Amino acid sequence: MDLNFGFLADNFVALTVTGLALGSVYALVALGYTMVYGVLQLINFAHSEVFMYGTFAVIWTLYFMGGTAQTSGMSLVAMMAVALVVAMTVSALVALALEKFAYRPLIKRKAPRLIALISAIGASFVLAEAMGLRGKIAAAFGLEDDLRRYVGRSRDAAGIPVEIDQVGLFTIGDYTVTNVDALVIGAALVMMVALDQFVRRSRLGRGVRAVAQDPESAALMGVNSTRVVQLTFLLGGIMAGAAATLYMVRIGATRFDAGFLLGVKAFTAAVLGGIGNLRGALVGGLVLGVAENWGSAIIGTEWKDVVAFVLLVVILLFRPTGLLGESLGKARV
Amino acid sequence: MNRLSSFNLAVRQRFAAMPKALRLLFLLAVALFFYALPVLNLPGLSTPDTDFGGVLFTVSVYVLVALGLNIVVGYAGLLDLGYVGFYAVGAYTVAVLTTEHASIPFLLVIPIAVAVSMISGVLLGWPTLRVRGDYLAIVTLGFGEIIRLTLVNSEWLGGAAGISRIQRPADMPMFDVPQLDWSTGAPLLDLDDTVPFLQFAGPGSQYSWYWFALSIIIVVLFADKLIKDSRVGRAWEATREDEDAAELMGVPTFRFKLLAFSMGAFVGGLAGALFAGRQAFVSPQSFALLLSILFLAAVVLGGQGNRWGVIVGAALVVYLPERFRGLEEWRVLVFGAVLMILAIYRPQGLLPPTRTVRATRSEEQVDLDERGLDGKETAHG
Repeated sequence: MDLNFGFLADNFVALTVTGLALGSVYALVALGYTMVYGVLQLINFAHSEVFMYGTFAVIWTLYFMGGTAQTSGMSLVAMMAVALVVAMTVSALVALALEKFAYRPLIKRKAPRLIALISAIGASFVLAEAMGLRGKIAAAFGLEDDLRRYVGRSRDAAGIPVEIDQVGLFTIGDYTVTNVDALVIGAALVMMVALDQFVRRSRLGRGVRAVAQDPESAALMGVNSTRVVQLTFLLGGIMAGAAATLYMVRIGATRFDAGFLLGVKAFTAAVLGGIGNLRGALVGGLVLGVAENWGSAIIGTEWKDVVAFVLLVVILLFRPTGLLGESLGKARV
Repeated sequence: MNRLSSFNLAVRQRFAAMPKALRLLFLLAVALFFYALPVLNLPGLSTPDTDFGGVLFTVSVYVLVALGLNIVVGYAGLLDLGYVGFYAVGAYTVAVLTTEHASIPFLLVIPIAVAVSMISGVLLGWPTLRVRGDYLAIVTLGFGEIIRLTLVNSEWLGGAAGISRIQRPADMPMFDVPQLDWSTGAPLLDLDDTVPFLQFAGPGSQYSWYWFALSIIIVVLFADKLIKDSRVGRAWEATREDEDAAELMGVPTFRFKLLAFSMGAFVGGLAGALFAGRQAFVSPQSFALLLSILFLAAVVLGGQGNRWGVIVGAALVVYLPERFRGLEEWRVLVFGAVLMILAIYRPQGLLPPTRTVRATRSEEQVDLDERGLDGKETAHG
């Protein structure tokens, strides 16, 4: 294994900016994990599928609106805006369905937390495979010819039909920051700040924090905990839908199993920042994205994922509650 | 839900009340049945679309893995999402030492593989077991992935292509075992369709591998019972139920957690070594994160903490998809749905430990008492 610090030094700005862009997507997905964990203390393993459905929602919306490689200018911007809204809606609906079918029955029965993880794993399999078998499912309804564009080659990667031109905006060092970089990082930051303010300042947000701190007292104070849990999943889904749109702008392709690795990374980001802590998710995501890029520059891209996990292990050993500590819920040991 | 639990409890009490000689005889009969299972060709049970002996071998490897993971998750209460790492260490030790970089005979490599797995368990456990709960889950998941990605990227370990032509134990074909034939409706010994005994390569070898694995399972089960009923087992239970309280009572929890981790790694490595021997080929694809999750599902579904429960869980996780191979591409989806349904309707697993059944009962009773209701009127269905 050769260590290549020269490459890192030469491309420092480029690696950092692209790392931040990737990290923003991790951070947005991490919010879903961190909020559910903060309120229910369980790992929402199926959140990765919420994200994956968002990526497909983007592709299908663009197909439906007739997007092609020639689409450009304002019509492209409008299409992407619609795709963003659709992706957020789809992801939010999937997240709510998940809550209703995979979690609520267990919470009602006060099942052990480990069993909720198993239920989530089952839900994750069902959701991912349903997407991977969409061709067969459409065939079962006799729709495969009408929907060929949407359901064809279900097991392969699917890409967005439009082409997004990368335009240089300004230069830092020797790297020109493009419109895509700026859009992804900027949009993610705006979403995060909005969510953070919502949870901190609004009445509903206060309910979320109350349930996270002490569910029983919150219930006694008149907080409807089922509504709060639904709201948590809804917000997580919206963020995942936004993340999915930004991911498609940046990467451009997805697959029925694309959620898995991204989900693991996003969860890593959440733990890294301090699970249950919204600002921690942002910090964790950005740190993870940048560290991955730097690490893979030094020891080779094939070790990229190893860098992410080693970073996680090292940070947890020295700061067992993550970089910013747990905060949405009460501190746990 | 309670009806099955009561039945389960009643059966176990009845069994415990039997004289010791009778209990041993019963267990012996069960063991004999499982040794004979591959040649019985029981109608309805055998898998029609795949080779039943092969399926039984896979089941027995999973059972071994589940028994190992049960020590970590069920007894010590440590959620391990990277257990496949130890399985991989065992398999790769066999691959490297019999073929790639040395040629030590298979049966001699097994103890080495087990020792290496155990050492890796201590090495991974030493830093990680200081974190608790879900953090431990994600750290172990990270370690499992690190092991897999290292296998992919390391040329010394064969890279992504893996290592093939792993040496098997020497054949000692002693005699042939006849299969049973049910085609006439009654069992008949079929002397033309036989299975070689103690032959580890070529067609029919899966039966010998199965018998080999089954023998190891029986040994592991004995060891498991001895440990569970010893001071160590009680220390694990105390740690699982309340770590701080256990520490206050003078249980060195960290040391016992590390012990559980390395024991689990021991059994996982053993299972990996068997897997590598039978397949004669290992590659990183065989050790994906998904497999860790499948192992965990086997333990939790079967009933974590009960060795018979996790055996049932492991058998179901392998057997159901093979039995219904006709469903082909739908089987992962169906498997996911079954996981969800079982999680919702049997959260303690199919065969929970007696202790859990009793604890759940008393909790339910306390709940009812608090609400001031008569338990009989509102008993949960």
